[in-house]
Amino acid sequence: MSVAEIEKTDPKSSRLDLIDCDIHPAVMASPAALYPYMSTRWRNEFESIGPRVAQPFLRQVPYPRLTPGNGMRGDAWPAGGGAPGSDLGLLQQQLLDTFDISHGILVPLTPSTLNQGLCAAICSAVNEWQIDRWTSHEPRLKASLCVTPDDPEAAVEEIRKHAGNRKFVQILVTPRTIEPIGRKRYRPLFEAAVEYGLPVALHSDIGGKHANSGAGWFSYYWEDHVAYTFSMQTMITSLIMEGVIDRLPDLKIVAIEGGFAWVPSLGWRLDKHWQRMRSEVPHVTLPPTEYMRQNFWYTTQPIEEPETPKHLQDTIRWIGADRLLFSSDYPHWDFDDPRYAFKTKLSRADEAAIFAGNARRLYRLDQ
Amino acid sequence: MSAVDQTEVAQRLPSGIERGAIDCDIHPALSSTKELRPFLDEHWQEMLAVRNIDGLDLTSFPPKADLFSRPDWRPKQGKPGSEIGAVKADVLDHFDLKFAIANCLYGAQAAYNEYIGEVLCRAINDWLSKEWLDKDKRLRASIVVSLANPEAAAEEIERVAADRRFVQVLVLAMGEALLGRKQFWPIYRVAERLNLPIGIHAGSTYRHAHSQAGFHSHLVEDYVVQSQGFTAQVLSLIAEGVFAKFPGLRVVLIESGVTWMPALMWRATKNWRGARIEIPWVRQAPAAIMREHFRLTLQPFDAPPDPADFERLMEHFGTDEMFLFSTDYPHWHFDGDDVLPAGMPASLVRKILVDNPLKTYPRLVEAS
Repeated sequence: MSVAEIEKTDPKSSRLDLIDCDIHPAVMASPAALYPYMSTRWRNEFESIGPRVAQPFLRQVPYPRLTPGNGMRGDAWPAGGGAPGSDLGLLQQQLLDTFDISHGILVPLTPSTLNQGLCAAICSAVNEWQIDRWTSHEPRLKASLCVTPDDPEAAVEEIRKHAGNRKFVQILVTPRTIEPIGRKRYRPLFEAAVEYGLPVALHSDIGGKHANSGAGWFSYYWEDHVAYTFSMQTMITSLIMEGVIDRLPDLKIVAIEGGFAWVPSLGWRLDKHWQRMRSEVPHVTLPPTEYMRQNFWYTTQPIEEPETPKHLQDTIRWIGADRLLFSSDYPHWDFDDPRYAFKTKLSRADEAAIFAGNARRLYRLDQ
Repeated sequence: MSAVDQTEVAQRLPSGIERGAIDCDIHPALSSTKELRPFLDEHWQEMLAVRNIDGLDLTSFPPKADLFSRPDWRPKQGKPGSEIGAVKADVLDHFDLKFAIANCLYGAQAAYNEYIGEVLCRAINDWLSKEWLDKDKRLRASIVVSLANPEAAAEEIERVAADRRFVQVLVLAMGEALLGRKQFWPIYRVAERLNLPIGIHAGSTYRHAHSQAGFHSHLVEDYVVQSQGFTAQVLSLIAEGVFAKFPGLRVVLIESGVTWMPALMWRATKNWRGARIEIPWVRQAPAAIMREHFRLTLQPFDAPPDPADFERLMEHFGTDEMFLFSTDYPHWHFDGDDVLPAGMPASLVRKILVDNPLKTYPRLVEAS
């Protein structure tokens, strides 16, 4: 489908407000764009050794995708060359204008580089690049403050550098950390987030330092993609059970690109077993679902599709419609179109909350 | 309610479950490897003694943790579940069961040395037969195997399965390699032929971190994220084509919790629509494969707090054939007789207690 064939929404029938909480500007497809923002040392290292991550292939994702560009939408390639998500004009036309999006949150995906110095340098470069190349040219776009969680000291330094810039609406980390992210070593990162009033977003990551399940490595992309929920579940479990939310009641956490239908079951499991094992975690003072209702948000894409679409209504009721943030995941292959993503009719109030209201409040977009 | 249902209600025990139920998960405890001495040859008796091969209780199940020992099921001495008299009184008699399936959780399955694993598993199977199955005709058992050498595991299954009281093959949810991998297919070949479901029980061999972000600090976290191990196994068994190759194979997820499964059905099926070119041997929607080939034991039932939501959740499964009654004795997931979740309709109760287990375990029907 070409851009011209996309049915343009009629502004009068469209929602009043639409905010897309997961847009991917191309980072690693054209890393040379980052070089101006890197020191000679790190630029040289990037070019010679490269951003090594914990997987066997230097320049190939561990589970090959099914569409060109490592799983891109076929119609998102700019006519003038470059990767999907590399051209502001096409992104404006194909996404922001077509769907009349008020705000889009940029979520640049940086590699979980093993060399923490290089990892921090890439994050710093990506942060400046977002302002320079994206948000300065398009006020509808907001940036994510990328930091490397496994080096909390560097992360806090990077947060301090940019937290005053309101173009950055959240701190972005990968949930596939060396240790579960609730453990003490990561505490400074969350303390800084609370200090500056920024939510911490965790976006599914394709590479990590541990097997993609406790039972070993998958063989197929299909398995790996379904299991993007694992790191999200572990992150929520760890932050609650290590007492991080108890200590930092104002902490706001966003789980991006994991869908959300798994959330109710996780909450019931956590509550049930916490009740039995309270002596092991006396620092967790409330039932875990209470924290989930207060401190966690979930972006909707890739939205789960029950065989009976209305079943999703139960799921939303169990999670709370105030917890969900619409996201498209543009320009990835499994893009959710805001017109068709929900196969069940939401109430006007829930629709307004999920498609914009929740994000507007969480990210303080009106301030 | 039909007349038949009325009769059933009248026959119910105080626990709300009818007589003759089938408990698909109880845990006889091995007190020490010393108990296995009569089932070992001289060489291994000596090896166990001089090499201090004992204390292989699984790290996943500390026997005295609240989760794993219900207070009124704790014996004065020894591990809960180690004494057959108590198992009879607490479960078999108390719930007036027709059958209970004994799943022995001991670290034999997790040994790094494949010979130690094989020898101990073999001894446990013989010990189960003599010390448990011979002592109460209501008991049935799962064959424990080490996965270090799948060919040897298949041989052990063949050997033990001659005893029809062994009704399934038992493995742990988190092992060295995902269970769909072809290296394990010799096990499925023999299991399918001998009418033995594969029981995947919660627990880890600690070959991999339990999460994509390493090991969690607390036992309670570990227990919650077991569902990730189960999810990974469901995905792997489907993706690798196990059910295309062995269409008669059934897999029982034991002590897994159940509520995570509908969301997995939705997600796996949607993704399969987009990515099925990668796994063309998966010809049915993954949700349909799950309903046909997978079963889940009841406890620990990770239910929504409002019983009214129970029905909603059952609708999400799209079938009431997947659930099998279990007490998970002596683990502590419910108090008193509250083994059935509130809100469960009578028609479902009957299926869970008797019909579904009989359909899942063909060997139970032979003896019914």
